[in-house]
Amino acid sequence: MKATRTTLKHIRRSPYQSLAAVFIMMLTFLAITIFAFIVFGSSTVIKYFESKPQVTAFFKDEATTAQIQQLEQQLQQSGKISDIRYVSKDQALQIYKDQNKSDPLLLELVTADVLPASLEVSANRIEDLSSIAQTLRSSPLVLDGEEGVIHHPEVIKQLTTWTNAIRIIGLTLIVVLAVVSVFILMTVIGFKVSQKKEEIEIMKLLSATNWYIRMPFILEGVFYGLVGTLVGWLVATAGLMYATPYLSSFLGNIPLLPVSPLFLVGLLVAEMVIAIILGVLASSLAVLRYLK
Amino acid sequence: MIKLENVTKSYPTGNTALSDVTFTINQGEFVFLVGPSGSGKTTLFRLLIRDTVPTSGSISIGDWDLVTLPHGKIHHLRKNIGMVFQDLKLLKDRTIYENIMFPLEVGNMDTEEAKKRVDEIIERVGISEHINKFPIQLSGGELQRAAIARALAFNPEILLADEPTGNLDNTTSWEIVKLLQDINASGTTIIMATHNADIVNSLLKRTLVLEKGQLTKDAVHAKK
Repeated sequence: MKATRTTLKHIRRSPYQSLAAVFIMMLTFLAITIFAFIVFGSSTVIKYFESKPQVTAFFKDEATTAQIQQLEQQLQQSGKISDIRYVSKDQALQIYKDQNKSDPLLLELVTADVLPASLEVSANRIEDLSSIAQTLRSSPLVLDGEEGVIHHPEVIKQLTTWTNAIRIIGLTLIVVLAVVSVFILMTVIGFKVSQKKEEIEIMKLLSATNWYIRMPFILEGVFYGLVGTLVGWLVATAGLMYATPYLSSFLGNIPLLPVSPLFLVGLLVAEMVIAIILGVLASSLAVLRYLK
Repeated sequence: MIKLENVTKSYPTGNTALSDVTFTINQGEFVFLVGPSGSGKTTLFRLLIRDTVPTSGSISIGDWDLVTLPHGKIHHLRKNIGMVFQDLKLLKDRTIYENIMFPLEVGNMDTEEAKKRVDEIIERVGISEHINKFPIQLSGGELQRAAIARALAFNPEILLADEPTGNLDNTTSWEIVKLLQDINASGTTIIMATHNADIVNSLLKRTLVLEKGQLTKDAVHAKK
Protein backbone atom coordinates (compact mmCIF):
# COMPACT_ATOMS: atom_id res chain seq x y z
CA MET A 1 0.00 0.00 0.00
CA LYS A 2 2.87 2.35 0.85
CA ALA A 3 4.49 1.55 -2.49
CA THR A 4 1.22 2.30 -4.31
CA ARG A 5 0.87 5.64 -2.50
CA THR A 6 4.45 6.55 -3.43
CA THR A 7 3.81 5.53 -7.05
CA LEU A 8 0.72 7.76 -7.29
CA LYS A 9 2.71 10.64 -5.79
CA HIS A 10 5.47 10.17 -8.40
CA ILE A 11 2.88 10.24 -11.18
CA ARG A 12 1.06 13.30 -9.78
CA ARG A 13 4.25 15.28 -9.38
CA SER A 14 5.43 14.88 -13.00
CA PRO A 15 2.20 14.84 -15.02
CA TYR A 16 3.71 15.56 -18.45
CA GLN A 17 6.24 12.73 -18.28
CA SER A 18 3.46 10.44 -17.09
CA LEU A 19 1.22 11.55 -19.95
CA ALA A 20 3.99 10.89 -22.49
CA ALA A 21 4.50 7.40 -21.05
CA VAL A 22 0.76 6.65 -21.18
CA PHE A 23 0.54 7.92 -24.78
CA ILE A 24 3.34 5.73 -26.04
CA MET A 25 1.84 2.69 -24.34
CA MET A 26 -1.56 3.62 -25.78
CA LEU A 27 -0.11 3.74 -29.31
CA THR A 28 1.45 0.31 -28.87
CA PHE A 29 -1.74 -1.24 -27.59
CA LEU A 30 -3.90 0.54 -30.15
CA ALA A 31 -1.74 -1.15 -32.80
CA ILE A 32 -1.95 -4.50 -31.01
CA THR A 33 -5.75 -4.26 -30.75
CA ILE A 34 -6.20 -3.29 -34.40
CA PHE A 35 -3.83 -6.07 -35.42
CA ALA A 36 -5.78 -8.56 -33.28
CA PHE A 37 -9.01 -7.48 -35.00
CA ILE A 38 -7.40 -7.99 -38.43
CA VAL A 39 -6.01 -11.42 -37.53
CA PHE A 40 -9.31 -12.52 -36.01
CA GLY A 41 -11.26 -11.12 -38.98
CA SER A 42 -9.06 -12.63 -41.67
CA SER A 43 -9.07 -16.03 -39.95
CA THR A 44 -12.87 -15.94 -39.88
CA VAL A 45 -13.00 -14.95 -43.56
CA ILE A 46 -10.62 -17.76 -44.52
CA LYS A 47 -12.60 -20.26 -42.44
CA TYR A 48 -15.76 -19.11 -44.16
CA PHE A 49 -14.28 -19.66 -47.60
CA GLU A 50 -12.76 -22.98 -46.57
CA SER A 51 -16.15 -24.15 -45.34
CA LYS A 52 -17.64 -23.51 -48.81
CA PRO A 53 -17.38 -26.30 -51.41
CA GLN A 54 -14.14 -25.86 -53.21
CA VAL A 55 -14.78 -28.16 -56.18
CA THR A 56 -18.18 -28.68 -57.79
CA ALA A 57 -18.69 -31.34 -60.47
CA PHE A 58 -21.90 -31.33 -62.59
CA PHE A 59 -23.13 -34.63 -63.98
CA LYS A 60 -24.58 -35.61 -67.32
CA ASP A 61 -28.29 -36.39 -67.31
CA GLU A 62 -27.60 -40.07 -68.05
CA ALA A 63 -25.44 -40.54 -64.93
CA THR A 64 -27.36 -42.68 -62.43
CA THR A 65 -27.41 -42.10 -58.69
CA ALA A 66 -25.63 -45.42 -58.14
CA GLN A 67 -22.79 -44.44 -60.48
CA ILE A 68 -22.41 -41.07 -58.76
CA GLN A 69 -22.35 -42.77 -55.34
CA GLN A 70 -19.60 -45.07 -56.57
CA LEU A 71 -17.55 -42.04 -57.68
CA GLU A 72 -18.24 -40.42 -54.30
CA GLN A 73 -16.89 -43.51 -52.49
CA GLN A 74 -13.84 -43.60 -54.75
CA LEU A 75 -13.05 -39.97 -53.82
CA GLN A 76 -13.57 -40.54 -50.13
CA GLN A 77 -11.19 -43.49 -50.16
CA SER A 78 -8.41 -41.18 -51.44
CA GLY A 79 -8.26 -39.56 -47.96
CA LYS A 80 -8.06 -36.07 -49.44
CA ILE A 81 -11.69 -35.18 -48.85
CA SER A 82 -12.90 -33.27 -45.81
CA ASP A 83 -16.52 -33.00 -46.95
CA ILE A 84 -18.55 -34.27 -49.89
CA ARG A 85 -22.21 -33.64 -50.64
CA TYR A 86 -24.45 -34.94 -53.38
CA VAL A 87 -26.96 -32.41 -54.77
CA SER A 88 -29.70 -34.07 -56.81
CA LYS A 89 -31.56 -32.36 -59.64
CA ASP A 90 -34.53 -31.64 -57.32
CA GLN A 91 -32.26 -30.19 -54.63
CA ALA A 92 -30.55 -28.07 -57.30
CA LEU A 93 -33.94 -26.71 -58.31
CA GLN A 94 -34.74 -25.90 -54.69
CA ILE A 95 -31.43 -24.02 -54.32
CA TYR A 96 -32.14 -22.19 -57.58
CA LYS A 97 -35.61 -21.25 -56.31
CA ASP A 98 -34.21 -19.97 -53.02
CA GLN A 99 -31.59 -17.85 -54.76
CA ASN A 100 -34.09 -16.35 -57.24
CA LYS A 101 -37.25 -16.11 -55.21
CA SER A 102 -37.46 -12.40 -55.86
CA ASP A 103 -37.61 -12.95 -59.64
CA PRO A 104 -40.69 -15.05 -60.59
CA LEU A 105 -39.87 -14.81 -64.29
CA LEU A 106 -36.62 -16.78 -63.83
CA LEU A 107 -38.42 -19.38 -61.72
CA GLU A 108 -40.98 -20.08 -64.41
CA LEU A 109 -38.34 -20.89 -67.02
CA VAL A 110 -36.48 -23.53 -65.03
CA THR A 111 -37.46 -27.11 -64.12
CA ALA A 112 -35.53 -29.89 -62.39
CA ASP A 113 -34.74 -31.52 -65.74
CA VAL A 114 -32.71 -28.52 -66.88
CA LEU A 115 -30.45 -28.47 -63.84
CA PRO A 116 -27.68 -31.06 -63.49
CA ALA A 117 -27.04 -33.13 -60.36
CA SER A 118 -23.72 -32.32 -58.73
CA LEU A 119 -21.12 -33.28 -56.14
CA GLU A 120 -19.78 -30.49 -53.86
CA VAL A 121 -16.37 -31.42 -52.54
CA SER A 122 -14.10 -29.79 -49.92
CA ALA A 123 -10.49 -30.88 -49.55
CA ASN A 124 -8.42 -31.28 -46.40
CA ARG A 125 -5.57 -29.38 -48.00
CA ILE A 126 -5.79 -26.69 -50.63
CA GLU A 127 -2.96 -28.37 -52.58
CA ASP A 128 -5.13 -31.46 -53.21
CA LEU A 129 -7.86 -29.51 -54.97
CA SER A 130 -6.27 -29.81 -58.41
CA SER A 131 -5.92 -33.59 -58.27
CA ILE A 132 -9.52 -33.95 -57.03
CA ALA A 133 -10.72 -31.72 -59.87
CA GLN A 134 -8.65 -33.84 -62.29
CA THR A 135 -10.21 -37.09 -61.04
CA LEU A 136 -13.69 -35.64 -61.45
CA ARG A 137 -12.92 -34.29 -64.92
CA SER A 138 -11.67 -37.65 -66.12
CA SER A 139 -14.91 -39.34 -65.06
CA PRO A 140 -17.24 -40.03 -68.01
CA LEU A 141 -20.22 -39.16 -65.79
CA VAL A 142 -19.21 -35.52 -65.53
CA LEU A 143 -20.25 -32.94 -68.12
CA ASP A 144 -17.58 -32.30 -70.74
CA GLY A 145 -15.77 -29.00 -71.05
CA GLU A 146 -14.83 -26.27 -68.59
CA GLU A 147 -18.28 -26.03 -66.98
CA GLY A 148 -18.20 -29.71 -65.95
CA VAL A 149 -15.94 -29.09 -62.97
CA ILE A 150 -15.68 -25.70 -61.23
CA HIS A 151 -12.99 -24.90 -58.75
CA HIS A 152 -11.18 -21.70 -57.71
CA PRO A 153 -8.18 -22.72 -55.65
CA GLU A 154 -6.44 -19.41 -56.28
CA VAL A 155 -9.07 -17.43 -54.31
CA ILE A 156 -8.28 -19.07 -50.98
CA LYS A 157 -4.63 -19.30 -51.83
CA GLN A 158 -4.46 -15.56 -52.45
CA LEU A 159 -6.47 -14.83 -49.35
CA THR A 160 -4.09 -16.95 -47.29
CA THR A 161 -1.08 -15.19 -48.82
CA TRP A 162 -2.55 -11.77 -48.03
CA THR A 163 -3.43 -12.78 -44.50
CA ASN A 164 0.07 -14.09 -43.88
CA ALA A 165 1.57 -10.87 -45.25
CA ILE A 166 -0.69 -8.77 -43.00
CA ARG A 167 0.30 -10.91 -40.01
CA ILE A 168 4.01 -10.46 -40.68
CA ILE A 169 3.72 -6.69 -41.21
CA GLY A 170 1.48 -6.32 -38.14
CA LEU A 171 3.73 -8.43 -35.97
CA THR A 172 6.82 -6.48 -37.06
CA LEU A 173 5.05 -3.19 -36.35
CA ILE A 174 4.03 -4.39 -32.89
CA VAL A 175 7.51 -5.65 -32.02
CA VAL A 176 9.01 -2.30 -33.09
CA LEU A 177 6.40 -0.34 -31.13
CA ALA A 178 6.85 -2.57 -28.07
CA VAL A 179 10.63 -2.08 -28.14
CA VAL A 180 10.24 1.71 -28.59
CA SER A 181 7.71 1.90 -25.76
CA VAL A 182 10.00 -0.09 -23.45
CA PHE A 183 12.84 2.35 -24.21
CA ILE A 184 10.65 5.42 -23.68
CA LEU A 185 9.26 4.03 -20.41
CA MET A 186 12.82 3.25 -19.35
CA THR A 187 13.87 6.84 -20.08
CA VAL A 188 10.90 8.38 -18.25
CA ILE A 189 11.32 6.19 -15.18
CA GLY A 190 15.11 6.49 -15.29
CA PHE A 191 14.74 10.27 -15.28
CA LYS A 192 12.49 10.07 -12.24
CA VAL A 193 14.97 7.79 -10.45
CA SER A 194 17.82 10.21 -11.09
CA GLN A 195 15.65 13.13 -9.88
CA LYS A 196 15.22 11.31 -6.59
CA LYS A 197 18.86 10.31 -6.15
CA GLU A 198 19.25 12.25 -2.89
CA GLU A 199 16.06 10.83 -1.42
CA ILE A 200 17.10 7.32 -2.48
CA GLU A 201 20.52 7.77 -0.90
CA ILE A 202 18.86 8.83 2.37
CA MET A 203 16.45 5.88 2.14
CA LYS A 204 19.39 3.50 1.82
CA LEU A 205 21.16 5.07 4.78
CA LEU A 206 17.95 4.69 6.76
CA SER A 207 17.89 0.93 6.22
CA ALA A 208 15.48 0.76 3.26
CA THR A 209 15.80 -2.48 1.34
CA ASN A 210 16.43 -2.30 -2.39
CA TRP A 211 12.93 -3.63 -3.03
CA TYR A 212 11.37 -0.92 -0.89
CA ILE A 213 13.07 1.65 -3.12
CA ARG A 214 12.43 -0.15 -6.41
CA MET A 215 8.81 -1.18 -5.95
CA PRO A 216 7.17 2.25 -6.50
CA PHE A 217 9.11 2.69 -9.75
CA ILE A 218 8.16 -0.78 -10.97
CA LEU A 219 4.51 -0.17 -10.09
CA GLU A 220 4.77 3.10 -12.03
CA GLY A 221 5.78 1.17 -15.18
CA VAL A 222 2.89 -1.23 -14.66
CA PHE A 223 0.50 1.72 -14.17
CA TYR A 224 1.55 3.32 -17.47
CA GLY A 225 1.20 -0.03 -19.23
CA LEU A 226 -2.28 -0.70 -17.86
CA VAL A 227 -3.67 2.80 -18.48
CA GLY A 228 -2.15 2.83 -21.99
CA THR A 229 -3.71 -0.56 -22.73
CA LEU A 230 -7.14 0.45 -21.52
CA VAL A 231 -7.14 3.67 -23.57
CA GLY A 232 -5.73 1.94 -26.69
CA TRP A 233 -8.27 -0.87 -26.42
CA LEU A 234 -11.15 1.58 -25.87
CA VAL A 235 -10.17 3.66 -28.91
CA ALA A 236 -9.81 0.58 -31.17
CA THR A 237 -13.04 -1.00 -29.90
CA ALA A 238 -14.98 2.24 -30.29
CA GLY A 239 -13.62 2.49 -33.85
CA LEU A 240 -14.74 -1.08 -34.57
CA MET A 241 -18.23 -0.43 -33.17
CA TYR A 242 -18.51 2.71 -35.28
CA ALA A 243 -17.39 0.88 -38.44
CA THR A 244 -19.48 -2.27 -37.82
CA PRO A 245 -22.53 -1.22 -39.96
CA TYR A 246 -20.30 -0.33 -42.95
CA LEU A 247 -18.14 -3.44 -42.62
CA SER A 248 -21.21 -5.68 -42.25
CA SER A 249 -22.62 -4.63 -45.63
CA PHE A 250 -19.14 -5.05 -47.18
CA LEU A 251 -18.63 -8.55 -45.77
CA GLY A 252 -22.05 -9.84 -46.88
CA ASN A 253 -22.72 -13.37 -45.64
CA ILE A 254 -19.42 -13.83 -43.79
CA PRO A 255 -20.39 -14.28 -40.12
CA LEU A 256 -17.80 -11.91 -38.61
CA LEU A 257 -19.71 -8.96 -37.21
CA PRO A 258 -20.69 -7.94 -34.62
CA VAL A 259 -17.59 -9.19 -32.80
CA SER A 260 -18.40 -11.17 -29.66
CA PRO A 261 -18.00 -9.17 -26.40
CA LEU A 262 -16.30 -12.24 -24.94
CA PHE A 263 -13.56 -11.93 -27.59
CA LEU A 264 -13.15 -8.21 -26.79
CA VAL A 265 -12.88 -8.79 -23.04
CA GLY A 266 -10.48 -11.70 -23.59
CA LEU A 267 -8.35 -9.47 -25.82
CA LEU A 268 -8.29 -6.74 -23.14
CA VAL A 269 -7.20 -9.22 -20.46
CA ALA A 270 -4.45 -10.63 -22.72
CA GLU A 271 -3.25 -7.09 -23.54
CA MET A 272 -3.18 -6.20 -19.85
CA VAL A 273 -0.96 -9.19 -19.17
CA ILE A 274 1.39 -8.03 -21.97
CA ALA A 275 1.25 -4.46 -20.56
CA ILE A 276 2.25 -5.68 -17.11
CA ILE A 277 5.17 -7.64 -18.60
CA LEU A 278 6.33 -4.63 -20.67
CA GLY A 279 5.87 -2.23 -17.73
CA VAL A 280 7.78 -4.44 -15.31
CA LEU A 281 10.52 -5.04 -17.90
CA ALA A 282 10.98 -1.33 -18.73
CA SER A 283 10.93 -0.12 -15.14
CA SER A 284 13.17 -2.93 -13.90
CA LEU A 285 15.71 -2.08 -16.60
CA ALA A 286 15.51 1.62 -15.62
CA VAL A 287 15.88 0.85 -11.93
CA LEU A 288 18.80 -1.52 -12.53
CA ARG A 289 20.42 1.03 -14.83
CA TYR A 290 20.11 4.02 -12.49
CA LEU A 291 19.88 2.39 -9.06
CA LYS A 292 22.84 0.18 -8.55
CA MET B 1 30.20 -3.99 21.83
CA ILE B 2 31.97 -2.03 19.07
CA LYS B 3 35.32 -3.53 18.20
CA LEU B 4 37.77 -2.35 15.55
CA GLU B 5 40.99 -4.26 14.99
CA ASN B 6 43.77 -2.91 12.76
CA VAL B 7 41.26 -1.18 10.49
CA THR B 8 42.68 0.52 7.42
CA LYS B 9 40.58 2.23 4.80
CA SER B 10 42.16 3.36 1.55
CA TYR B 11 40.32 4.82 -1.41
CA PRO B 12 41.08 3.98 -5.05
CA THR B 13 42.56 7.48 -5.38
CA GLY B 14 45.39 6.31 -3.13
CA ASN B 15 44.20 8.41 -0.18
CA THR B 16 44.29 6.50 3.13
CA ALA B 17 41.45 7.75 5.35
CA LEU B 18 42.14 5.41 8.28
CA SER B 19 45.31 3.57 9.11
CA ASP B 20 45.59 0.61 11.49
CA VAL B 21 42.91 1.81 13.90
CA THR B 22 42.13 -0.41 16.89
CA PHE B 23 39.71 0.31 19.76
CA THR B 24 36.77 -1.13 21.64
CA ILE B 25 33.71 0.73 22.90
CA ASN B 26 31.48 -0.86 25.52
CA GLN B 27 27.73 -0.69 25.73
CA GLY B 28 26.41 2.51 27.30
CA GLU B 29 29.61 4.55 26.81
CA PHE B 30 29.66 8.19 25.69
CA VAL B 31 32.71 8.70 23.48
CA PHE B 32 33.95 11.82 21.73
CA LEU B 33 35.70 11.44 18.42
CA VAL B 34 37.89 14.43 17.74
CA GLY B 35 40.37 15.43 15.11
CA PRO B 36 40.84 18.00 12.37
CA SER B 37 38.88 17.93 9.11
CA GLY B 38 40.02 15.04 6.93
CA SER B 39 41.33 13.03 9.88
CA GLY B 40 38.93 10.13 9.14
CA LYS B 41 36.02 10.76 11.53
CA THR B 42 33.30 10.55 8.88
CA THR B 43 34.98 7.51 7.27
CA LEU B 44 34.90 5.79 10.65
CA PHE B 45 31.16 6.47 10.94
CA ARG B 46 30.60 5.24 7.38
CA LEU B 47 32.39 2.03 8.31
CA LEU B 48 30.26 1.62 11.42
CA ILE B 49 26.98 1.88 9.47
CA ARG B 50 28.45 -0.35 6.77
CA ASP B 51 28.19 2.35 4.12
CA THR B 52 31.65 1.21 3.13
CA VAL B 53 33.99 -1.66 4.06
CA PRO B 54 37.56 -1.49 5.36
CA THR B 55 40.48 -2.27 3.08
CA SER B 56 41.89 -4.45 5.86
CA GLY B 57 41.18 -5.25 9.48
CA SER B 58 37.97 -6.28 11.21
CA ILE B 59 34.95 -4.45 12.60
CA SER B 60 32.29 -6.03 14.76
CA ILE B 61 29.26 -4.59 16.49
CA GLY B 62 27.73 -7.06 18.93
CA ASP B 63 27.29 -10.24 16.91
CA TRP B 64 27.56 -8.49 13.56
CA ASP B 65 30.78 -8.91 11.60
CA LEU B 66 30.63 -5.82 9.40
CA VAL B 67 33.25 -7.00 6.93
CA THR B 68 31.42 -10.18 5.97
CA LEU B 69 27.88 -8.88 6.54
CA PRO B 70 25.83 -9.74 3.44
CA HIS B 71 24.32 -6.82 1.57
CA GLY B 72 20.81 -8.05 2.29
CA LYS B 73 21.33 -7.78 6.05
CA ILE B 74 22.63 -4.22 6.16
CA HIS B 75 19.16 -2.83 6.84
CA HIS B 76 18.93 -5.02 9.97
CA LEU B 77 22.22 -3.54 11.21
CA ARG B 78 21.10 0.02 10.53
CA LYS B 79 18.01 -0.43 12.68
CA ASN B 80 20.38 -0.91 15.60
CA ILE B 81 22.60 2.07 14.82
CA GLY B 82 21.09 5.55 14.65
CA MET B 83 23.10 8.13 12.74
CA VAL B 84 22.93 11.91 12.86
CA PHE B 85 24.62 13.02 9.65
CA GLN B 86 26.83 16.06 9.42
CA ASP B 87 24.58 17.48 6.68
CA LEU B 88 21.50 16.11 8.52
CA LYS B 89 20.02 14.51 5.38
CA LEU B 90 16.45 15.47 6.22
CA LEU B 91 14.02 15.12 3.31
CA LYS B 92 13.14 18.64 2.24
CA ASP B 93 9.71 17.85 0.85
CA ARG B 94 8.48 16.16 4.03
CA THR B 95 7.41 17.64 7.32
CA ILE B 96 9.45 17.01 10.46
CA TYR B 97 6.84 14.47 11.57
CA GLU B 98 7.10 12.66 8.22
CA ASN B 99 10.89 12.76 8.38
CA ILE B 100 10.89 11.06 11.78
CA MET B 101 8.22 8.60 10.61
CA PHE B 102 10.22 7.80 7.47
CA PRO B 103 12.65 5.16 8.83
CA LEU B 104 9.74 3.41 10.54
CA GLU B 105 7.82 3.36 7.25
CA VAL B 106 10.89 2.03 5.50
CA GLY B 107 11.25 -0.59 8.23
CA ASN B 108 7.62 -1.67 7.69
CA MET B 109 6.57 -0.92 11.27
CA ASP B 110 2.83 -1.09 11.92
CA THR B 111 1.39 2.42 11.34
CA GLU B 112 -0.29 2.79 14.73
CA GLU B 113 2.81 1.57 16.56
CA ALA B 114 4.98 3.90 14.44
CA LYS B 115 2.79 6.92 15.27
CA LYS B 116 3.04 6.14 18.97
CA ARG B 117 6.81 5.80 18.68
CA VAL B 118 7.16 9.11 16.78
CA ASP B 119 5.05 10.93 19.39
CA GLU B 120 7.32 9.60 22.15
CA ILE B 121 10.50 10.68 20.36
CA ILE B 122 9.16 14.13 19.51
CA GLU B 123 8.33 14.66 23.17
CA ARG B 124 11.79 13.42 24.17
CA VAL B 125 13.79 15.72 21.90
CA GLY B 126 11.52 18.71 22.49
CA ILE B 127 10.28 19.64 19.01
CA SER B 128 6.55 19.09 19.55
CA GLU B 129 5.64 22.53 18.23
CA HIS B 130 7.51 22.02 14.95
CA ILE B 131 6.22 18.65 13.77
CA ASN B 132 4.12 20.05 10.92
CA LYS B 133 6.83 22.35 9.61
CA PHE B 134 9.18 21.59 6.74
CA PRO B 135 12.98 21.51 7.33
CA ILE B 136 13.43 24.89 5.64
CA GLN B 137 11.22 26.51 8.31
CA LEU B 138 13.40 25.39 11.27
CA SER B 139 16.48 26.88 12.96
CA GLY B 140 19.81 25.03 13.10
CA GLY B 141 19.23 23.70 16.63
CA GLU B 142 15.70 22.57 15.81
CA LEU B 143 16.93 20.81 12.68
CA GLN B 144 19.61 19.07 14.72
CA ARG B 145 16.96 17.89 17.20
CA ALA B 146 14.83 16.65 14.30
CA ALA B 147 17.80 14.71 12.91
CA ILE B 148 18.47 13.20 16.35
CA ALA B 149 14.79 12.31 16.64
CA ARG B 150 14.92 10.48 13.32
CA ALA B 151 18.08 8.65 14.39
CA LEU B 152 16.25 7.46 17.51
CA ALA B 153 13.27 6.10 15.56
CA PHE B 154 14.15 2.44 16.06
CA ASN B 155 15.37 2.98 19.62
CA PRO B 156 18.91 2.01 18.54
CA GLU B 157 21.56 0.64 20.85
CA ILE B 158 24.16 2.94 19.31
CA LEU B 159 23.84 6.57 18.22
CA LEU B 160 26.51 8.10 15.99
CA ALA B 161 26.46 11.89 15.80
CA ASP B 162 28.70 13.49 13.18
CA GLU B 163 29.48 17.07 14.23
CA PRO B 164 26.00 17.70 15.67
CA THR B 165 27.07 21.08 17.06
CA GLY B 166 29.07 22.12 14.01
CA ASN B 167 26.90 25.03 12.88
CA LEU B 168 25.31 25.97 16.16
CA ASP B 169 25.87 28.78 18.63
CA ASN B 170 27.28 27.96 22.04
CA THR B 171 23.97 27.84 23.93
CA THR B 172 22.28 25.65 21.34
CA SER B 173 25.33 23.40 21.15
CA TRP B 174 25.09 22.76 24.87
CA GLU B 175 21.38 22.03 24.56
CA ILE B 176 22.15 19.39 21.93
CA VAL B 177 24.93 17.89 24.07
CA LYS B 178 22.56 17.80 27.04
CA LEU B 179 20.02 15.96 24.90
CA LEU B 180 22.67 13.43 23.82
CA GLN B 181 23.67 12.96 27.47
CA ASP B 182 20.04 12.25 28.37
CA ILE B 183 19.84 9.69 25.58
CA ASN B 184 23.08 8.13 26.80
CA ALA B 185 21.70 8.00 30.34
CA SER B 186 18.91 5.74 29.11
CA GLY B 187 21.51 3.18 27.96
CA THR B 188 22.26 4.16 24.36
CA THR B 189 25.95 4.09 23.39
CA ILE B 190 26.93 7.44 21.86
CA ILE B 191 29.86 8.35 19.66
CA MET B 192 29.96 12.04 18.92
CA ALA B 193 32.38 13.54 16.42
CA THR B 194 33.13 17.16 17.25
CA HIS B 195 35.51 20.06 16.84
CA ASN B 196 34.21 21.79 19.91
CA ALA B 197 37.05 21.68 22.46
CA ASP B 198 34.91 23.37 25.14
CA ILE B 199 32.43 20.57 25.15
CA VAL B 200 35.09 17.84 25.13
CA ASN B 201 37.05 19.47 27.92
CA SER B 202 34.02 20.17 30.07
CA LEU B 203 32.42 16.75 29.95
CA LEU B 204 35.44 14.63 30.84
CA LYS B 205 34.29 11.68 28.72
CA ARG B 206 36.40 9.13 26.91
CA THR B 207 37.89 10.74 23.81
CA LEU B 208 39.37 9.16 20.68
CA VAL B 209 41.70 11.47 18.79
CA LEU B 210 42.21 10.85 15.07
CA GLU B 211 45.02 12.55 13.18
CA LYS B 212 45.69 11.84 9.51
CA GLY B 213 43.76 8.60 9.81
CA GLN B 214 45.62 7.33 12.84
CA LEU B 215 44.28 6.94 16.35
CA THR B 216 46.73 9.05 18.32
CA LYS B 217 44.96 9.13 21.68
CA ASP B 218 42.34 7.10 23.46
CA ALA B 219 41.80 8.48 26.94
CA VAL B 220 39.24 9.87 29.33
CA HIS B 221 39.55 13.57 28.61
CA ALA B 222 42.14 13.85 25.85
CA LYS B 223 43.09 17.47 26.38
CA LYS B 224 46.49 18.10 24.86
